[in-house]
Amino acid sequence: MDPGVHASAGAPHVGAPAGAGPDLAALLQRSARGDRAAFAALYDATAARVHGLVLRVVRDPTQAEEVTQEVFLEIWRTASRFDPERGSAVSWLLTIGHRKAVDRVRSAEAASRRESTYHHRNQTVAHDTTADAAQASLEARRVRTALTQLTEVQREAIELAYFGGYTHTEVAALLDLPVGTAKTRIRDGLIRLRDTIGVGR
Amino acid sequence: MTDHDDTRDTRDTRDAQREYDAHALSGAYAVDALDDLERARFEEHLRQCPDCRAEVDSLRETAAALSTDAVEPPAGLRADVLAGIEAIRPLPPLTEHGRNQPAPVERPRRPWLLGTGPMLVAAALVLVALVSTAWLRPWAGDDEPGEMTATERVLAADDADRIVQRFPDGSRATVVFSRSEGRAVLLTEDMALAPDGSDYQLWLQAPQGSPVSAGLMPDQADATVLLEGDASRATWVGITVEPDGGSAQPTTDPIAAFDLPT
Repeated sequence: MDPGVHASAGAPHVGAPAGAGPDLAALLQRSARGDRAAFAALYDATAARVHGLVLRVVRDPTQAEEVTQEVFLEIWRTASRFDPERGSAVSWLLTIGHRKAVDRVRSAEAASRRESTYHHRNQTVAHDTTADAAQASLEARRVRTALTQLTEVQREAIELAYFGGYTHTEVAALLDLPVGTAKTRIRDGLIRLRDTIGVGR
Repeated sequence: MTDHDDTRDTRDTRDAQREYDAHALSGAYAVDALDDLERARFEEHLRQCPDCRAEVDSLRETAAALSTDAVEPPAGLRADVLAGIEAIRPLPPLTEHGRNQPAPVERPRRPWLLGTGPMLVAAALVLVALVSTAWLRPWAGDDEPGEMTATERVLAADDADRIVQRFPDGSRATVVFSRSEGRAVLLTEDMALAPDGSDYQLWLQAPQGSPVSAGLMPDQADATVLLEGDASRATWVGITVEPDGGSAQPTTDPIAAFDLPT
């Protein structure tokens, strides 16, 4: 995938919400060479997006802060492994963030978390109030619209897995699905979303 | 047909089934919804399945698009992060040597057999297994992507135990050990490479005697390594840093030791 194509077509998902933000891929490449200033710029451009995802999965603000810190140290360490041919820089950053967040909630066993209801979509999240907000909400609206194209089960399975941090086996149990079918719903749903939003090609 | 062949036949059928299922895990993998064992298996599958790699990439991109919440972290975090990186050396890029590597040896699958009678399938699978054994093994070791059987048997064993070690830098190493298989597998994630001029060497310790070398780890941050040798009586697995090429006996203290359940 040509990074140039990303920059122009990339609006729906590529974090710099206005599409005119810094070239994250270039910042990552410079970070890989030990360029601290580039890394600081990368942090400034993406910390809110990464932390937003980590907080949503981890929920506990103190732990989320620790995880976000780990994520950025990991980004610094592994920046050379980012391959623009395989996807956008934001997707790569969020993949690391998501993985660390999920590791945290699973290793914590999070008993209290599991007792609480998983319908946390209404939790109030302090959105950033920069000029990007309008664009971000456009983006969010676009994603919300795409989500309506999914079946109820697909949508719930994806949300439980991605934002809840549950395994597909746990998702199946939560949704009363036969064992082994949640993974299929997750995949079908993501593929439909991908084709609706038009990312990843 | 001997008992041995029966066993192999069952395993082979299971392998084929797992291979078939593996594609269906791409979505769950993309959103980190696999448990550790499933993930390790799927990553093995990914190494030999370019279609799945491309699909995972696109689904990760899609999942990232779902994450639209932007929440500024506390202001102090920036300084902590920028101070933290001072102590961390960025990894070198993957060179061709360490990359997803050799156009893997695809073991011949047999879709054309699936509709025929079970006996024929069974007979053919045994034949394929024997042919694979006879013809593929000389140049495709047990731990090559296309010929995963020993590693997979350990990962799939009913008595497989997993012992996890986390390192301060966030990397992780897991030993999967099956006493019934008598083998152990090491899975590493994001592990820093051994310093220049040295290798990570693996060791198996029996109840008596000195540690026995179980081979060297490849120069990969994410590796799946079948330990050489019989692990059935081993009490622990160790990793040491040794001069390039390894040593006959450990010359340094282990950087990680995994106590195996008795």
